[in-house]
Amino acid sequence: MQKKISGAEEAISVIKNGSTIMFGGFGLSGIPENCIEAISKSSLTGLICISNNAGVDDFGLGLLLKNRQIKKMIASYVGENEEFERQLLSGELEVELIPQGTLAERIRAAGAGIPAFYTPAGYGTEVAEGKETRAFDGKMYLLEYWLRADFAIVKAWKGDTAGNLIYKGTSRNFNPLMAKAASYTIAEVEELVEAGELDPNQIHTPGIYVTKIFKGINYQKRIENKTVLPRT
Amino acid sequence: MALDKYGIAKRIAKEIKPGYYVNLGIGIPTLVANFIPDDMNVVLQSENGLLGMGRFPYEDEVDPDLINAGKQTVTMIKGASLFDSAESFGMIRSGRIDLTILGAMEVSENGDIANWKIPGKMVKGMGGAMDLVASAKNIIVAMQHTSKDGQPKLLKKCTLPITGLACVKKIVTDLAVLQVMPQKGFKLLERAPGVSVEEIKNKTEGTLIVEGEIPEMVL
Repeated sequence: MQKKISGAEEAISVIKNGSTIMFGGFGLSGIPENCIEAISKSSLTGLICISNNAGVDDFGLGLLLKNRQIKKMIASYVGENEEFERQLLSGELEVELIPQGTLAERIRAAGAGIPAFYTPAGYGTEVAEGKETRAFDGKMYLLEYWLRADFAIVKAWKGDTAGNLIYKGTSRNFNPLMAKAASYTIAEVEELVEAGELDPNQIHTPGIYVTKIFKGINYQKRIENKTVLPRT
Repeated sequence: MALDKYGIAKRIAKEIKPGYYVNLGIGIPTLVANFIPDDMNVVLQSENGLLGMGRFPYEDEVDPDLINAGKQTVTMIKGASLFDSAESFGMIRSGRIDLTILGAMEVSENGDIANWKIPGKMVKGMGGAMDLVASAKNIIVAMQHTSKDGQPKLLKKCTLPITGLACVKKIVTDLAVLQVMPQKGFKLLERAPGVSVEEIKNKTEGTLIVEGEIPEMVL
């Protein structure tokens, strides 16, 4: 099964205006930099983007916001992006904010074939408005539905030509969940090897979930809040 | 004298017991880690997918693939583990975290907390706060007692959109340590060095319960 493709441009060529796309990453850690850049250089518009955060003003999904390529953003925390806040408060951008654990579980549920579940997060808040509630053992829970997408674009550390993926550090975050929740999953990896070269015991995302894979280039891996201790 | 943010963090660190799994929120709560004794066996959870968060790295240890929930570079302690976001919130919702420390814009006397949105002004999102407050066994809030213009933030009812209902157990401010007594109010436990009960009373809008002599915080 040939999943290997040439790069980001080929990868995103299947995406259409108005598509719903999941982007892996937490802050700028583990974001699919190559595909985001390729989309920012494309004419794609009206995108519905699902991602925990919205990048910063000049990197990550912030690039697509600045170009007005995003119609709607579904996220949990968008505090690092002034352009986002401006477009939101002025009503130019549709936004759905979801508690982070609920966002993760809704995506996980989609990948697990589970249409809905109950969670306590957001009970009694505006997140609960219009949602079914139910008590279990005396505590109140909200009914939340799976969250699916046309495309998922994920970033992994290592991958093989069978689509198997391994993540590194905290750049794993939403990537393995999103890889399972879309009809078509694009994986960009720092190191791409032939099937058989990765230890099957170490695979985080089995290849069945990955539609196309390519080796990314020129990763910047920007750090939002570099915090270091002085050497004494 | 009112405490600065480091003082608040130092006082909160005293609430951490050996063997605890702790989740620290962004802001003052992050500073609490600086005041946990090195020899105390405490494991910090960072909701972006790390159990066993260590100190900040030295310059030559910086790894962009290793950050905390505040997007700061961090290290891992021995015995740390890494996982995805669903796993991370699974351990939060299933009650494995012994203590959650987070910031707040308002807390009401029945323990409601508001910390994610100011309508029309600030919308940063709730991040993991709603999941944490809905499931944590023990929530301590770190906050300033009043707003920058002197308005009380410990209220009868929250005016801002809430993050969670009746969940806060204890509050440490620049002026006081208070316990939330459900259906009764804020019970004053300690005052910051040199701060009078009168001042705390004047700066608290919710019901303040004062019983007997109120000791000064020992930092």
